[in-house]
Amino acid sequence: MQRPQRLHGIAVSPGVAIGEALVIDNEGFRIPRRFLARDAVDGEIERLALAIETSASEITNNRDSVDRQLGSQYGAIFEAHLQMLRDPRLRSELEELIRHRQYSAEYAVSRALRRYAKVFESLESSYLADRTNDIADIEKLLLRNLLGVRREVLAQLTSPVLVLAHNLTPSETANLDRRFVRGFVTELGGPGSHTAIVAGALEIPAVVGMGLFLTDVSGGELVIIDGNRGEVILHPDEETLARYRQEAEDTRSLAVRLQSLRNLPAETADGVRVELMGNIEFPHEIEHCLERGADGVGLYRTEFLYLGSDVEPTEETHFEAYSHVVRAMPRCPVTIRTLDLGADKVPCGLTEPIERNPFLGLRSIRVSLRNLPVFRTQLRAILKASVLGNVRFMFPLVSTLLELRQAKMVLADVMEDLEEHGIEFRRDIPVGMMVETPSAVIMIERFVEEIDFLSIGTNDLIQYTLAVDRDNAAVAGLYNASDPAVLKLIEMAIRAGRRRGIPVNVCGQMSSSTTYTMLLLGLGLRQLSVTPAAIPEIKQVCRSVTIPQCEAVAVRAMTLENARDIKSFLKEELKKVVPEFAA
Amino acid sequence: MGDGRNPDTVARAVTVVNAQGLHARPADLLVKLASQFQTKVEIVHGNQRADCKSILEIMSLGAFAGATLVLEAHGPDAAPAVEALARLFEQGFAEEG
Repeated sequence: MQRPQRLHGIAVSPGVAIGEALVIDNEGFRIPRRFLARDAVDGEIERLALAIETSASEITNNRDSVDRQLGSQYGAIFEAHLQMLRDPRLRSELEELIRHRQYSAEYAVSRALRRYAKVFESLESSYLADRTNDIADIEKLLLRNLLGVRREVLAQLTSPVLVLAHNLTPSETANLDRRFVRGFVTELGGPGSHTAIVAGALEIPAVVGMGLFLTDVSGGELVIIDGNRGEVILHPDEETLARYRQEAEDTRSLAVRLQSLRNLPAETADGVRVELMGNIEFPHEIEHCLERGADGVGLYRTEFLYLGSDVEPTEETHFEAYSHVVRAMPRCPVTIRTLDLGADKVPCGLTEPIERNPFLGLRSIRVSLRNLPVFRTQLRAILKASVLGNVRFMFPLVSTLLELRQAKMVLADVMEDLEEHGIEFRRDIPVGMMVETPSAVIMIERFVEEIDFLSIGTNDLIQYTLAVDRDNAAVAGLYNASDPAVLKLIEMAIRAGRRRGIPVNVCGQMSSSTTYTMLLLGLGLRQLSVTPAAIPEIKQVCRSVTIPQCEAVAVRAMTLENARDIKSFLKEELKKVVPEFAA
Repeated sequence: MGDGRNPDTVARAVTVVNAQGLHARPADLLVKLASQFQTKVEIVHGNQRADCKSILEIMSLGAFAGATLVLEAHGPDAAPAVEALARLFEQGFAEEG
């Protein structure tokens, strides 16, 4: 029994998952289990024999078809492959490794054949050295037959797994079989990584930025992912397992209790209605919003359309994704944010290949304004979807008035174009902007005169205000939603919107945390857009407080001088109204 | 070679005459032929030995054109086995070129 190992990373999606590890190495291949239990040896040798026979008949079939098509001299190499596969020395070596060293068949095959490949490589004749490829082919063939289909393992799961990977590409995450993945851990990545977003969308725990650890774990081992604390436990002992099982159970029962809130409005105890909306990335997440009684979609991210494949999405692709969501919620607002790419999310072709400061570079609305055909395609699709329900436009990362006006001009142009072609759309579609830069807040009085609503994106606003990259481990500790400077900017934006009489929303990760709900309501916010999983908790807080109570909390919080004091004060206040949420 | 070899042992020196040396196809032919005999046959190349029924070992010898090898066998049909295998070497494994 190996000793328990507790490793730390960055928590990006909450919850606890306990289960079997599926380990994926750099090339996206599954690393097989390395060692066997003593009593599994005979079964393993049989498995090996079966794989050899299956592989041999595959080679025979290949040989026969090449013989038929090209003549027998071309099939000769397959004869040699067959001979290698059935080599009695190899066979006894493999059986020896399995029986005496308790290697898995896969591991034994890799070890033995790689040794031969090394020998061939060292030979002076280049002709023989080339035979290394034959050995590699045979290794692959045997492994494929031992493991079942090796490629696209994520798409072909048959039982629940926790995915442990070096890194997951957008296309890998897009193709994974959602029914069976219970959690993610990656060696790379930060809070803004694609894995983080996908895990959030799937509502499964995830920890990223672990550093190298995959060599310490084998496929099939029991692993715990603690998405609340950002930890992964390898080789857990019984005591640890019991503790985490209890925690998972508590979370489940809380979720069941909160389920009863589904059809109740997010209304404060003194009768003030709060609009509680969901943030989504993938069309299917609309289900998560509906089942929790969301009042709409406050943020529909559209990046997945660009990241899932190498080809630029067509207008039709956009339209399908949008119309799916709008049709599911025809009466509620659905806020579609235009392309927010660049910095950490980079599709090929649209942005500069290498930037020294990607977060200060060509990203978001700047990318759209530089790639007008791409931008126009998206705008057309959103406008077309507007007749299906209550769609709203939202431009991300607006930092100057000029940018906003440019974006609105392109929109007006596209509208004119649709009109000329007799295509229906809602001319009065609301147009809003994200407030994510200090410059937008400083100029907010001017912005509100030209816009129908505001949505405060706290993730970027915090990073630009405090000049901290939260994906940089060396300074991530300085990134803090409770910082008084951040709260001042949020307050300014909320006040400006209220004075002008336009809706203001907060849609960053801050709004999904119950810690900040009272503060935000106290600052005058009446709309919150949160990750769908957080809707019941936030609703519970709203229903447990009165507005004067929240205003008192906000007044007091704004007098405090540092993030730590503010955060602990907010947690104390939360504990007074909803003790069960106090973490 | 007057070492203490088993007196039943049949040994014979052969030369690799085909241009590509003992690569996959010649090795395959050697294994196929050797497997028709009961006796154990080994190919000796310098200080390396290969089981003539193992293609991977034969290929691992890295025997190129011009190399001199010794075929060694002992057992009931050692003589005809060595005879047949030596002929295969002499024919250059019926390779063109």
